[in-house]
Amino acid sequence: MPVLIPRNVDELVEVFQANPQAKLLAGGTDYMVEVNLHGRKPETMISLRRVKELTEWSVRTNQSRITIGAGVPYADMEHGEIARLVPALAQAARTVGSPQIRAAGTLGGNLGTCSPAGDSLPVLAALGATIHVIGPDGNRDIEFADFMVGVKKNSLQPAEFVHSVSLPLVEGWQGYAKVGTRNAMVISTASACLVRDSDEGFVAIALGSVGPTIIRAHAAESWLMKSTSLRAGSQLAPSIAQEFGRRVAQESRPIDDHRSTADYRRHAIGVLAQRLLTRSFS
Amino acid sequence: MSSTVVSTGTRPGTLGTSASRPDGVAKVQGGFAFSSDMWADNMLWGATLRSPHPYARIVSIDVSGAYAIDGVATVITADDVPGKLTYGLIVQDQPVFAAIGDTVRYSGEPIAAVAADHPETCQRALAAIKVVYEVLTPVTDPEDCVSGIAEQIHPDGNIFRHQRIISGDTTIVGAIQVEGTYEIGMQDQAFLGLESALAVPDSGGNGLEMYVATQWLHEDRKQIADCLNIPEENIRLVLGGVGGAFGAREDISLQVHTALLAMKSGRPVRISYGREESFYGHVHRHPAKIWMKHHADSNGKIVKIESRMVFDGGAYCSTSPAVLVNGITHTQGPYKCDNAVVDGWAVRTNNPPCGAMRGFGVVQACFAHESQMEKLAAATGLSPVEIRLLNAMETGDRMITGQIMDSVAPVAQCIRETDAIPMPPPMSSSADLRTIPGGTGLTAQPSNIRRGVGWGVSIKNLMYSEGFDDYSTARCRISDGVVTIKFATSEVGQGFTMLAQQIARTVLGVDDVFLDTIDTQVGSAGSTSASRQTWMSGGAVQAACRAALEKLFDHIAAKNSMNRSELEIEGTDIVDRLTGLRVAVHAAIEGVDIDCTEEYHHPATEDMDENGQGNCHVAYAFVAHRAVVDVDPELGLVKVVQIATAQDVGRVLNPLSAMGQLEGGIAQGLGLAVMEEIIVKDGKVRNPSFTDYLLPTFLDVPTVEMVFIEEHEPKSPLGAKGIGEPPCISVTPAIANAIRQAVGRDLPRVPIRPYDICL
Amino acid sequence: MSTNIPVSGAAQSHEMYSLRVNGLVHEVEDAWIGESLLYVLRERLGLPGAKGACEQGECGSCTVIVDSKAVCSCLVMAADAVDTEILTVEGLGPDGALTDVQSAFLSEGGVQCGFCTPGFIVAVHHLLENNPQPSDDEIRESLSGNICRCTGYGRILEAVRTVADQRRQNS
Repeated sequence: MPVLIPRNVDELVEVFQANPQAKLLAGGTDYMVEVNLHGRKPETMISLRRVKELTEWSVRTNQSRITIGAGVPYADMEHGEIARLVPALAQAARTVGSPQIRAAGTLGGNLGTCSPAGDSLPVLAALGATIHVIGPDGNRDIEFADFMVGVKKNSLQPAEFVHSVSLPLVEGWQGYAKVGTRNAMVISTASACLVRDSDEGFVAIALGSVGPTIIRAHAAESWLMKSTSLRAGSQLAPSIAQEFGRRVAQESRPIDDHRSTADYRRHAIGVLAQRLLTRSFS
Repeated sequence: MSSTVVSTGTRPGTLGTSASRPDGVAKVQGGFAFSSDMWADNMLWGATLRSPHPYARIVSIDVSGAYAIDGVATVITADDVPGKLTYGLIVQDQPVFAAIGDTVRYSGEPIAAVAADHPETCQRALAAIKVVYEVLTPVTDPEDCVSGIAEQIHPDGNIFRHQRIISGDTTIVGAIQVEGTYEIGMQDQAFLGLESALAVPDSGGNGLEMYVATQWLHEDRKQIADCLNIPEENIRLVLGGVGGAFGAREDISLQVHTALLAMKSGRPVRISYGREESFYGHVHRHPAKIWMKHHADSNGKIVKIESRMVFDGGAYCSTSPAVLVNGITHTQGPYKCDNAVVDGWAVRTNNPPCGAMRGFGVVQACFAHESQMEKLAAATGLSPVEIRLLNAMETGDRMITGQIMDSVAPVAQCIRETDAIPMPPPMSSSADLRTIPGGTGLTAQPSNIRRGVGWGVSIKNLMYSEGFDDYSTARCRISDGVVTIKFATSEVGQGFTMLAQQIARTVLGVDDVFLDTIDTQVGSAGSTSASRQTWMSGGAVQAACRAALEKLFDHIAAKNSMNRSELEIEGTDIVDRLTGLRVAVHAAIEGVDIDCTEEYHHPATEDMDENGQGNCHVAYAFVAHRAVVDVDPELGLVKVVQIATAQDVGRVLNPLSAMGQLEGGIAQGLGLAVMEEIIVKDGKVRNPSFTDYLLPTFLDVPTVEMVFIEEHEPKSPLGAKGIGEPPCISVTPAIANAIRQAVGRDLPRVPIRPYDICL
Repeated sequence: MSTNIPVSGAAQSHEMYSLRVNGLVHEVEDAWIGESLLYVLRERLGLPGAKGACEQGECGSCTVIVDSKAVCSCLVMAADAVDTEILTVEGLGPDGALTDVQSAFLSEGGVQCGFCTPGFIVAVHHLLENNPQPSDDEIRESLSGNICRCTGYGRILEAVRTVADQRRQNS
């Protein structure tokens, strides 16, 4: 039976080790497009949908972290407890494809495909997500920055799979914004997630669709932390927000393609950065 | 042909009511058979090999690899075409398959086709066909064809048509002059029901039966028969369920390929395109570049229009000559103008072939003249409404073609009624984020948004032009108490089948009207295009029903000693006006056998002369649109808030259906304004998918507030005008004008892209 | 001609599995592993109601319910849909009767060419089960994955409102 259907993580590890050439099938929203339109010829598939542990999420309050299984669909992040704890993730989830796609698509799928336009990825980057990976040699944790290594390239080794994603629960503000040329169901031409830790006075901003990977605008972050207070109760000068946007745009590395132009993407990402920062103070 | 208006009753299902669709139940239950749902015993799947190059010479084709694959039944190339090697609606210049030694002229041109046991087998077979190309440099700039510097890429040359219009005093100069150069991108019809056909060969091998989604069965049959080199009567073409058309099914796409595969394999064959292939398989809306200069007197009255239009027809002719004429003859829009100098070209390039799409050349012209009207308003200090009312065309006006406007022309009324529609409330500071530009992308706060209001008004010709007799045929049979109507009119979603029943119910006074299969077993209905079927096929069905009614009256008068000349239909009764004697129609038709076939022909039109003078169009319809948009000027994102419209419809025959036509057309015009474009670079389509060719979603299309202007059109058999095309024409410039007003930029091109607004 | 007869398999096809659709178990034989649920429903199981118009989850015409979720059947690998409950447009109305949603699409003019209609009907049923009284904005967002090229959505919006009103009055 070329579609192998493990029921738990142990079975998945076993099946994957026995069939290291197999392709993992989660929601199918990327893979089946390859089959339907781009001549992909599936042979042995490992279905992840029945692996119960992958569809679970949990919060460890003492560690202030949330762990979300790779198989949790976006629809489950849009509302409810995950949305309350990680609002930027909920905002990103709500922009993924259509409701039908969000019912099927998963975080693991976004990580497996690793497209720079993957909607959830800027959130993982800005929050400093840790990717829990399981492979033939056991478990390992990969920081998001080390996970996505290029356009549609990740650092998974053969027979490794994403088990879950762990995110810190941040005190303060977080938000996501995405530009597309339609008001729904659209691939991002530029997206950004900004996290402002008002306890630590820390900011992080991660950019999607404006480079080969998700870009953390480290220089702009550092400049901002030096230039203004980010702690709760402080004020933001409009000129600071504007300059932050300009600096973020400088760190983007967009291209021209049929969806938009590099100039527009650079401009748009600066506007998003400025607006997200301003929003974090309002 | 009588032009009397039939009486409108309130009896359910008659004209003027929102009758229910005969295909409705099947469509909501999923049982309606679209052409892609067709299936036959022993059926093979077909697929097409297409050129990846926009311009290349074919050095060799080796199909042996395909035959080596299990499950492959047949492979065909140009060598397998027994008859005419080319097809086309006006000029037959498009090869069925590009042949060895010949050139492919657009990216996506068919080279071979296969039939096999499974779609996946077909894909493997296509991959196994080896084609060697000598790649040539494509001609992609239409201006190079106009100037003549481009290489001639077809024996017929690179100019499909050059036509000018010279009208009145060309030396006159206006006190106020405004000009601009406008561009319209290549729009796709993007019907949802992809191209599909099932061909079933006759057992004797002399002909075939074919189920196909098309706009014009008889024209398809003629072209298929020519290519197959068999008599037309050996082909029975049946309308497979059509999932939208909008012009894209007027030309042949897979018809000849499917027929050839079936004839060669001796088995039923179905070809069903996928979305990507559909982008290559049918013609698109012509991209155009239009320069226009309006001269007005100091009050703002238009005294002369100068224009130059270049339509890129792509590789093959399709309907380019007719599209061009529609463009140039609608230069003036719905406005009075005595003097004009217009020069138009439709040219051949190595870009994708272009042809019919809803609006047919008028969309392009309207974008230019309505952009101009906004400039004229600004130059004269008049409001957009005032400038348009000042110049509004009326019945009796002489147009720049010399033709006298003899249609009902309630242009001013369309504008005033639209203007009277209440504006939407201003955006609230707590607006739901789904209602502001950027939507759930959370790009903006209400404070980032600016609102704009814009206008567009248009005129659209109805039916075919330039001397073409696009008649329609219908048959009405009354047999054993059953009324059956037959026609070859393509039902593409617009609801003609429903209208035909409404007409028959109204004319004959019956409630039950059966519809025969839509196929070529009756005379041509012409194409479901050019906003023509309500008028043309509606006219034919009415004529056939009336002819049947006359025979029924003969029969009933004799049988019941009624006064023949005094009989009329009242509700569901036949009434003798003299005696008051009445007979129920359902009783009267028992045992009766009547069979009437009638053709409806519209008034004749004529060719234009070299100066573009002539009565080339049959009739016209008008519409006004007012768009309210919210724009995020910094990000260039747009949300259309409201479209208000008043449309000249002659008469509403089915209110729900009419609303649907207006709303649907407006959504397509909105698409052209802000998102829909086939992006072609170096002759190659860069976005042949629904991921990248964006159609308006539920969140993009606003509420439409509409008014129908009902002034019966005396020339129309039902008093009604075609309403399909006008909704999508002036809504595009209305939205563009609204965005211009919001952001203060020229924006000379549609679709307007975010970077056009903010960079 | 018929629309309801399963086709035979292809040379490279050898998958065997069973699917539970509209409460009935269907055996699928000699299938190719790359076949989508949409293909199998339409071409093997004689259920052509779900329509294909984009093959990449960008139009919603192929919407079906899999384990209580509305998904694009073109993006479900059919062989991976074993042991799920699949509901298609054909399974919505009992014994050929129209559902309230189907009736409202007809009475409010929500159908033109009808190609997007089955996908919309399934999506609207799913929407109203999860949110019986949606606002207009919620209707628009919930159905933003279903493209209609004919109607401009106005009559479809009216149809959904109509059903929501009817259900409120009946409850």
